[in-house]
Amino acid sequence: MLAALRNLDRQWIFLAMLLAVSAPILAQQSFPEKPTKPVLDVFNYIEGLPPGSNILLSFDYSPSSDGELAPLATAVVRHCCVKRHKMFFMTLYPDGLPMMERTIREVVEGEFAAYDFKYGEDYINLGFNNAEEVVITVMATDIKKMFPADFEKKPLDGFPITENISSLKDMALIFTISTGYPGMKEWVQYAASPLGVKLAAGSTAVQAPQAYPYIPNQMLGLLAAIKGAAEYEAALAARYEQFRDPAKNQAIKRMAPQFWAHLLIIGLIVLGNVSYFADRAQRGPR
Amino acid sequence: MKTTIPWLLACITGCVMIGATFVPALAEWKNEAGSWFELLAALAFVLGGANLCAQHLKKISSRKAGWGYSAVTLVSFLVTLFVGLFKVGVIADDPTHPWSGHHQAEGSALWWLFEFAYQPLIGAMFALLAFYVASAAFRAFRAKNTEATLLLAAAFIVLLGRTYAGTWLTSAVPDDYSALTFPGLTAIILGVFNTAGQRAIMIGIALGVAATSLKVLLGVDRSYLGSEGD
Repeated sequence: MLAALRNLDRQWIFLAMLLAVSAPILAQQSFPEKPTKPVLDVFNYIEGLPPGSNILLSFDYSPSSDGELAPLATAVVRHCCVKRHKMFFMTLYPDGLPMMERTIREVVEGEFAAYDFKYGEDYINLGFNNAEEVVITVMATDIKKMFPADFEKKPLDGFPITENISSLKDMALIFTISTGYPGMKEWVQYAASPLGVKLAAGSTAVQAPQAYPYIPNQMLGLLAAIKGAAEYEAALAARYEQFRDPAKNQAIKRMAPQFWAHLLIIGLIVLGNVSYFADRAQRGPR
Repeated sequence: MKTTIPWLLACITGCVMIGATFVPALAEWKNEAGSWFELLAALAFVLGGANLCAQHLKKISSRKAGWGYSAVTLVSFLVTLFVGLFKVGVIADDPTHPWSGHHQAEGSALWWLFEFAYQPLIGAMFALLAFYVASAAFRAFRAKNTEATLLLAAAFIVLLGRTYAGTWLTSAVPDDYSALTFPGLTAIILGVFNTAGQRAIMIGIALGVAATSLKVLLGVDRSYLGSEGD
């Protein structure tokens, strides 16, 4: 038994992981979620803003994190839509633009088509700028210096949504969906801290521990990866009946594979340690 | 001269950026420096592309081991560059201006490459991590000493606390003692122990960055400019 454990081929571990993540997807299993404080703080802030407040949504991630962050982006954009906030979309990642466009297409123009949001009036896509954190430092005093035009190179001055906007100080909230550099940390350093603008973030699980030192002073709260997104979906569902359809809540669905994958990893750690200590006991004290 | 002028540029720009933090009147200068950086960053993309071509062409021409991968990289790069630059498949917004329309518009070749090649490939690469993490957890995560045992305990709590398993396992704990549930303990680990450690690291890094920046601004450290012989 011990020898079998010691020599366990990793193909069996891979197979177990495949089953752990695929079975709950196929069975469409889901578990209830209870929003935690860092998520509720973001939710309550957006909920409490008067309709028509300016919210900057920065999609600072690449497709490698799309599986983890897309449901999070969708949940926050849904909330902004239902509250009829004005949305300013931008990205600091060259390959972040298509995912941002997809969210706009599917949520703002798709799911919320009945709300009749007008481009340039209720939302705008500022597109991508390659100057990394310098984009934030300049936007702190002059947004149009970094984004003189929208993603289709139409001048910002022609859009009603940007009429009363000059700097990041005009934003009621900055929400960054972040995966690394440039992202959450840079928004804290160059926008939230010096300007006192409200900032919240959604991040990958790997980056989340780096965010905690900024909560609650520099950052309102945090949506950490799929778990954070699932909690946000649960908060939305609790507040609005239209979001109770399980088919819409992608993050809650994705928590079931995470549940089984985590249990599998815990089991593997236990088995690995059983084998290690049994080995050590067999060899005797050195 | 070769290092003095670049150092002067770095020094002036750095001083403007620092000064603008304290003197609002310098904000316009800071924004101007930001625009220069935007140009430099755009040029860096061109240099990066040229460097990628040079490196892989060298590997292909000398038939080094793995040159086939270099060929794939190069062809992928050139095809993507071509379809993006020449807006292949983009339907013009304005028929009188055939080049109008966004280069990544839905249905364009670049959009197609992104949606059906780049995104699934990079997503699959990232998804493979789950399999390797599971294998590594079995082989390497051992309670060999006190530090490793503490790490292991923290990992157990966070792994359980971040799923419904943690909530379910400690559902019998009364609300008044919610800090003792797996989600509660996870919040304590992330909010207290992790925050304390992260802050210490961040403060250390910030002091190091400040010292290095000062050395760059004063010209003490010019290593980023390369050696005289370069």
